[in-house]
Amino acid sequence: MPVCGPKLSLCGILLSIWGIVQLGIMGVLYHFHAVAFAEDLPGDHEAEVTNLEEFYSEVEKGYTQNAQNCWIAACLYLVTLAFSAHQFWANNRSSLRV
Amino acid sequence: MGSLFRSEEMTLCQLFLQSEAAYACVSELGELGLVQFRDLNPDVNAFQRKFVNEVRRCDEMERKLRYLEKEIKKDGIPMLDTGENPEAPQPREMIDLEATFEKLENELREVNQNAEALKRNYLELTELKQILRKTQVFFDEHEGGLNPTESMTRALISEECLARHGTLGSVQLGFVAGVILRERIPPFERMLWRACRGNVFLRQAEIETPLEDPSSVSCINTFILLVLGQTQDHRHRVLVAAAKNIKNWFVKVRKIKAIYHTLNLFNLDVTQKCLIAECWVPVLDLENIQLALRRGTERSGSSVPPILNRMETCENPPTYNHTNKFTSAFQALIDSYGIASYREMNPAPYTIITFPFLFAVMFGDLGHGMVMALFAAWMIFKEKPLAAKKTDNEIWNIFFGGRYVIFLMGVFSMYTGFIYNDIFSKSINVFGSKWTVNNISLEKMNKEKVLMLSPSTNDYEGVPYVFGMDPVWQFAQNKIIFHNSYKMKISIIFGIIHMLFGVSLSLLNHLYFNHRLDIICEFIPRIIFMSFIFLYMVLLMFIKWIMYFPTDELAYIKYSPHCAPSILITFINMILFKTTVVDKECDAHIYAGQMALQKLLVVIAVLCIPWMLFAKPFFILRGQKEKALASHQQMPSAVENGDTEGPLQNNSVHVNGGAVNNRCPGGVEEGVGEHEEDVSEMFIHQGIHTIEYVLGSVSHTASYLRLWALSLAHAQLADVLWKMVLRRGFVIQDWKGGIVLYVIFMFWACLTVSILVLMEGLSAFLHTLRLHWVEFQSKFYKGAGYAFQPFSFETILDSASQTPEE
Repeated sequence: MPVCGPKLSLCGILLSIWGIVQLGIMGVLYHFHAVAFAEDLPGDHEAEVTNLEEFYSEVEKGYTQNAQNCWIAACLYLVTLAFSAHQFWANNRSSLRV
Repeated sequence: MGSLFRSEEMTLCQLFLQSEAAYACVSELGELGLVQFRDLNPDVNAFQRKFVNEVRRCDEMERKLRYLEKEIKKDGIPMLDTGENPEAPQPREMIDLEATFEKLENELREVNQNAEALKRNYLELTELKQILRKTQVFFDEHEGGLNPTESMTRALISEECLARHGTLGSVQLGFVAGVILRERIPPFERMLWRACRGNVFLRQAEIETPLEDPSSVSCINTFILLVLGQTQDHRHRVLVAAAKNIKNWFVKVRKIKAIYHTLNLFNLDVTQKCLIAECWVPVLDLENIQLALRRGTERSGSSVPPILNRMETCENPPTYNHTNKFTSAFQALIDSYGIASYREMNPAPYTIITFPFLFAVMFGDLGHGMVMALFAAWMIFKEKPLAAKKTDNEIWNIFFGGRYVIFLMGVFSMYTGFIYNDIFSKSINVFGSKWTVNNISLEKMNKEKVLMLSPSTNDYEGVPYVFGMDPVWQFAQNKIIFHNSYKMKISIIFGIIHMLFGVSLSLLNHLYFNHRLDIICEFIPRIIFMSFIFLYMVLLMFIKWIMYFPTDELAYIKYSPHCAPSILITFINMILFKTTVVDKECDAHIYAGQMALQKLLVVIAVLCIPWMLFAKPFFILRGQKEKALASHQQMPSAVENGDTEGPLQNNSVHVNGGAVNNRCPGGVEEGVGEHEEDVSEMFIHQGIHTIEYVLGSVSHTASYLRLWALSLAHAQLADVLWKMVLRRGFVIQDWKGGIVLYVIFMFWACLTVSILVLMEGLSAFLHTLRLHWVEFQSKFYKGAGYAFQPFSFETILDSASQTPEE
């Protein structure tokens, strides 16, 4: 039973493919501590750094966390992809039947 | 296959067709689509032409077909579109077609009338049934009421007007029941009230099942009535049968109509035995046309072959560029500015590269370029099915028509994005950054917060990044300053090269048209002016890039950024003959003899202005005088008559034109036939052109700075979008961040596509278009031609199938 129309489901498919690819890659990059994402980490960037050890472990934790979050989001997009693909298929079938 | 550099060579031909063979021949030429017929009876109106009867019959057939099509569409029957292209039928087949359509139309009209009558009957009956049912309810209520007076006030029976009168009434009241449109109830009620002076009680109830309006059959329910069902079945059968052929018929009828329209343009021979046509034909395709004509003759069974002979003419032939699906989009970009003059240099082949490139300079981002290229690649990949699916959607048609342009723009943007090292505003470190920023102490980091990169320190290894921008700039606070200086210079360099290329193309034009005077008086001073001033500035940029380098050592201070001259200041001082004021430890000159050379360059460039302004009119005037002198000597009698020079010259030209048929007054080398009063016009014309060029070269150079401006804007917008939107998804500490990221990514992706790819893409596209139309083409392109519009069934059918759907 199609819930969303053909356009919405197509949009969903494209968006989720993009999400899976980009978030998957970004997850890998976070996993390997890519410097380009140093600014995109949780925590207060303006705060005074007093202890280098602490700072490093904080950053490390941020990278791991974000890598996981990226993969979680990518998995969610996988679900979205499955859903939209099913919708797309259902739409196609129903349009053929009528 | 003609070349894209210039339009095809055209020739005017005269075509003699035997009357019997004319139809078949024109039909063949229409399939070929390479001939543009000229109207030989322009003063005859549409109703007095020879084949007006046939055209009218075709119109009638077309109307019937449209009626059929409408009915088919109403029933939602799929029309079979095999995409086949039937040949134009023989004239005698036209009668068959007419009869078929006539029969179909009559049948359909009859069926429709019957169906409508039946439906009206049915509707009336349904209304009656509903009334009975509703009134039944009212009476039931009434009977069940305890008190008759109370029931009188509560339920006095009435639906509305018309249909049925009854005499049933428990109290001594008459009643009327009927059906009325819902929106008419209030006025009806008021009217009743007034008419009966208040002695009326109105009660209404809605009929739940929707009744069909018989005059427009919009949806077909299953009817209980058998007859109606059968009528509908019959109608359906007729329409299904028609739907199979209707596209085919449309094509046939339109072809016949087009052929007769064309035949109407022809001249009749005195003997009525043959038709005479005049047409523009590409010279290279003469063979094909001859072949087509021969085929047409064979088909019509005529024995006399048609005669095609070339004519000499003074008219400017139309401009025809052979294009294929790849080049046509680029040609369309050029043509929307102005159709090239006949045989003029066509900017389209260069545009194929420069257009996507200049676009990409403004749109440089690997990610956005990829989105664009993937979209276009999909359109190219699915080309055939998408092209078969014709739609009226104008925006889609524009995108689809420009799919190759968009694809190239996307690919080039990926390339420049790679150079700028921008992918969705992030940098990627592919080859290993050449910077090692490792000696930052904790205190310094806390104190300064921001990171400035200075190439003069040891942080920089001294070897540039392998390709494009070093990714380390992403973190530097001075990134924009660094990029600006680079991108501004690059845009000016591209601009000057682009414009110089345009000026060089004008040389090819002059050479081709054999305008020696234009080469000497226009091309040479123009190119000198441009290169001595602006190309020199470009050279200065390269010199600056090569000679100066980042260093803190005092020994090299002359070549340090401290002493590096500002190109703009140097350039302004060069025009104003001023010396640049510098610190005492720096050199005032970049190289020895700079001042003298610069002065020389400026003086020569300025001298070019009067050269452009006066040389050409002067030479023309002198040429005229010499010619006049020569003709005076030839015809001394004319001089004795005391004629002025002007009319005399005019005369001589006319005599000349009359004697030698192929010499045309307009086509003769310019200046020969010009009058005295044209001299001032000539000076004004030349003055405008010179001023336009001189001022233009300054403003056009500045105009290319838009390359830098838009590129900066695009990069910053992408950066802001990442920082303001997507980063929100990354700052949450635990796994919930994943879900937040999921939602935020969706927003970010939509904004990226709508704002950065679509809107920014459109703006960059328009700026690129402007750079080509104004800055580039003004250097060589006249664009004063008119397009070749061949008689072709393909275009006729395309335009015909588009219009009625609108």
